[in-house]
Amino acid sequence: MTAEHPTEDAESRRAWRQGLSVALATSAYGVSFGALAVAAGLDIWQTCVISLVMFTGGSQFAFVGVIAAGGLPAAPAAIASASLLGVRNIAYGMRMSPVIGTGFWRRAAAAQFTIDESTAVSLAQTTRRARSLGFWVTGIAIYVGWNLSTLAGALLGDVLGDPRAYGLDAAAAAAFLALLWPRLRHRQAIAVGIAAAVVATMLTPSLMPGIPVLVAAGVAILVGWFNWLGAGDVPPDEPEDVAERVGLP
Amino acid sequence: MSPKTSRRGWGCHDGVFEVTLWNALLVASIICVALKTLGYLIPQRFLEAPRPARIADLLTVALLSALVAVQTLGDGQAIVLDARIPAILVAAGLLLLRAPFLVVVVAAALTAGLLRLWGWAA
Repeated sequence: MTAEHPTEDAESRRAWRQGLSVALATSAYGVSFGALAVAAGLDIWQTCVISLVMFTGGSQFAFVGVIAAGGLPAAPAAIASASLLGVRNIAYGMRMSPVIGTGFWRRAAAAQFTIDESTAVSLAQTTRRARSLGFWVTGIAIYVGWNLSTLAGALLGDVLGDPRAYGLDAAAAAAFLALLWPRLRHRQAIAVGIAAAVVATMLTPSLMPGIPVLVAAGVAILVGWFNWLGAGDVPPDEPEDVAERVGLP
Repeated sequence: MSPKTSRRGWGCHDGVFEVTLWNALLVASIICVALKTLGYLIPQRFLEAPRPARIADLLTVALLSALVAVQTLGDGQAIVLDARIPAILVAAGLLLLRAPFLVVVVAAALTAGLLRLWGWAA
């Protein structure tokens, strides 16, 4: 799929296509958020406000999950897990900042659309224009789709029954894997990915939901700081569309 | 901190419950928006140095990978082996074959859904 010298038009079409397909998939599992939130005891308004304002899937699922498990007494824990899980968006914002460019309103709007999917689609593009396009298309399309599907999920929650019956929990996992996949090209990234998965899994039974993922992020800080496994690991046949090689615009 | 007043007309819950839950979700939401904004306020220079750039890249990998693990194996604080495992293996196989994102996600959902429908996996 990686042409040697793709034209700007082809790049833009690719950004549109990837953005919209990511948005479609992500919006689909917004239904499961809506249904799970209602099942956790939130009303339809509360469910919709979370998707409209918080708008970051991991944090939303974490918030609702903790409320479902512990009820209102768990509200501080729910706030903490949602917030801590949202910390990764700082890194995404840092990555997207040069792509978005200047202008207060432009940047303020971009901040709200800064999520896993919009960042991943954007960074998967090779030209500056396609990166910007990929970010906005994905972010806005998911914002619309995610909020509509949240409402649908909340309304249909009872009718739908268990979202697991539709494999929506597995769809969420697969979506994250598909976003992770293109990043696993370097030995260093693969090692960090495996270590982070192991750490998160092993810590899950002992820590509040949401925290194992954050502790796992410590693996990246550690490996990145000391550059373990990193030196000289740039094979000459590396594909052209690796973000690290092209560099930020 | 000035808590929002409850919109009592919105729900059938009693006022106290609603105020608290509303506050909790609004606080969490506002913190999440603030975190997103913070990324844009950190100077771009910071990312041009090799170490923060490398850490930012690896951070994405680590977080996504940890999310895959937790979404596949976690159920609250329990580790559960269920239909999500064959589903994620199908997804990985399709990714190896360079299948499009949507195909991967739908195939994973179908796998888990059908295995549960047939009673072959929890």
